[in-house]
Amino acid sequence: MSSRDKILAALKKNQPALVELPVLNFAGNASIDLKEQFTKTLTGIGGLVIEVNNWKDIVKHIQSKFPKPDRIVNRVAHLNFESDGLAYSSEISNKPDQQAGQKSDPHDFSNVTVAIMKGEFGVAENGAIWLTDKDMGDQALPYICEHLVLIINKNSIVPTLHEAYEKIGSSTYHLGTFLAGPSKTADIEQSLVLGAHGSKSLIVFLIN
Amino acid sequence: MSPQNKTHAELADKFNRDVERVNWHDQTLWFVREKRDKAAHKIAEWEQLREAASQIKNNVLSNLHDYLVEFEQNALRNGIHVHWASNAQEHNEIVHSIIKKHNVAHLVKSKSMLTEECGLNEYLHQQGVEVVDTDLGERIIQLANEPPSHIVMPCIHWKKEEIGELFHQHLGTPKGNADPQFLTAAARAHLREHFLTSRVALTGVNFGIAETGEFIVCTNEGNADLGVQLADVHIACMGIEKIIPKRNHLSVFLRLLARSATGQPITTYSSHFQKPREGQEMHIVLVDNGRSERLASDDFRNALKCIRCGACFNTCPVYRRSGGHSYHTAVAGPIGSILAPSFDMKKNADLPFASTLCGSCTNVCPVKIDIHDQLYKWRQVLVKNGHTTASKKVEMNVMSQVLSHPMIYKFSGSVGRWVMRTLPFMVNNKFNPWYKQREMPEASTTSFNSWYQNNRKA
Ligand code: SF4
Repeated sequence: MSSRDKILAALKKNQPALVELPVLNFAGNASIDLKEQFTKTLTGIGGLVIEVNNWKDIVKHIQSKFPKPDRIVNRVAHLNFESDGLAYSSEISNKPDQQAGQKSDPHDFSNVTVAIMKGEFGVAENGAIWLTDKDMGDQALPYICEHLVLIINKNSIVPTLHEAYEKIGSSTYHLGTFLAGPSKTADIEQSLVLGAHGSKSLIVFLIN
Repeated sequence: MSPQNKTHAELADKFNRDVERVNWHDQTLWFVREKRDKAAHKIAEWEQLREAASQIKNNVLSNLHDYLVEFEQNALRNGIHVHWASNAQEHNEIVHSIIKKHNVAHLVKSKSMLTEECGLNEYLHQQGVEVVDTDLGERIIQLANEPPSHIVMPCIHWKKEEIGELFHQHLGTPKGNADPQFLTAAARAHLREHFLTSRVALTGVNFGIAETGEFIVCTNEGNADLGVQLADVHIACMGIEKIIPKRNHLSVFLRLLARSATGQPITTYSSHFQKPREGQEMHIVLVDNGRSERLASDDFRNALKCIRCGACFNTCPVYRRSGGHSYHTAVAGPIGSILAPSFDMKKNADLPFASTLCGSCTNVCPVKIDIHDQLYKWRQVLVKNGHTTASKKVEMNVMSQVLSHPMIYKFSGSVGRWVMRTLPFMVNNKFNPWYKQREMPEASTTSFNSWYQNNRKA
């Protein structure tokens, strides 16, 4: 008998009588200011939230935050770094999508200073942003870059994870993630340090 | 270097010799416990969430067979290789066979208590494969050749000066530099190299979803993600009890997990792995290792609901004042003390006695495991099986040395229950020096009472 069959047989024999699943009846408070709560929560865990009126403002913000980045990878077609005489001297990859069938080597991104991508939506209660491999392009990008910039629609913020999973529904992806703040550790005497292995900072732009 | 053949009390005694250190350890963990309280109190429906989590887990345990079959089907459809391991040895062999197939001698690993339970690192080392633990805390204790002392904060017992010295020796950081920021940056650079050169990455699993065949890994550091996304092969090791039925059940568990663990609203990364990325190979190893057997026990089944948040450690007065290594098992603390005896009753007979039965663990547990009731029940089983001498000695030692306060006896066993019911003012009172450091249990729960009565008759 294979281990699989052995384990399954033992489970069948040993599991107790069926206990029903509970009916989940949770909902967040949608009457609160979701944008405000999201901003407050994400700021509290080390993120920076900036509300903007247009795409040009995002470009300006990024340029003032990162005056001399070694390398920027931008995955958002709306952002145009070349116009307005605001061009970077650094390389900017403005290819929002990988060519079908063309495999990128994640190691190629190990020198990325700033990665810019869209998130699907935000969650007010915990400051998390949901994004999937479709937003990331290369799945290593949001983790390997030194600084991560995410852009979400300001009306996309939901109160809690209950609404978040309703929104995700039964969609499929290779990788989906709730990302909340820069990577961090408190393993040395509980002193919080930002920038453990993933990005050292996270900026989230809220746009209409 | 795991301490062999010493009881919790003997090891705790050693830990207790350095009074200052014990106080520091105690306070550090208490600080985490307070953060948990603050986070929990911000959620009005906290208790309902715990109840829902508990009920979902009860359902899982009653239907584990079907959920695992469903999970396997969906995972296979997603292109994930699924392996089954009856025990630790088989788990280690499966992992090794995958590594061997890819002909590598080096892999990065993020935190997985299951691989600790199975002794994977040691096994692979014997096969000539080097495992690099990438969680900062785990890397620290790996360099020091020690096991973790806490499931969430593996090196909580280390002082920064000691870590500075360790890094000086192993990573060449300047002698005397003990700045956490600096040391973390040094570890980041050191481990980045390993991430960039490892073709195989191994992770644990927080939740597996039967409905979708995906699995979820939660970290703050991003080490699991970075390892996996740079490797050709992702091996995920998962205890079979980690299955939950539906994706939307995650809303309940992810709301509870990080808040219970560290007081954060959510971990930085909650990654849902549904399909391997193009060109990547993804494996999941489903491990039994005694779990299916435990499922048969009405008394001890509940321990399988654990989501490894560590809250019961941080709140436990005995853990805080005796340190994780006193428990001489992969998983220490209150939950470890009810898991370990089923692996080896003789060797771990002392652990269920390493408790005051105050019930604080049960009160903070996000999935409502009756931890202190189980500790009590284990004592009965152990006594019945003739493991009394060691146990009695241990109980005395724990009480007198670790806690060294006469009041403590009042909380122990039935006397404690009686005090709680009859003289609640006596314990819920600021003059009781103990009260300020714990969440008082509600007066005896019926489940405990009825169980106790039945057992006395038997
Ligand atoms: S027993 Fe409960 S409190 Fe302890 S680690 Fe497990 S889930 Fe957390």
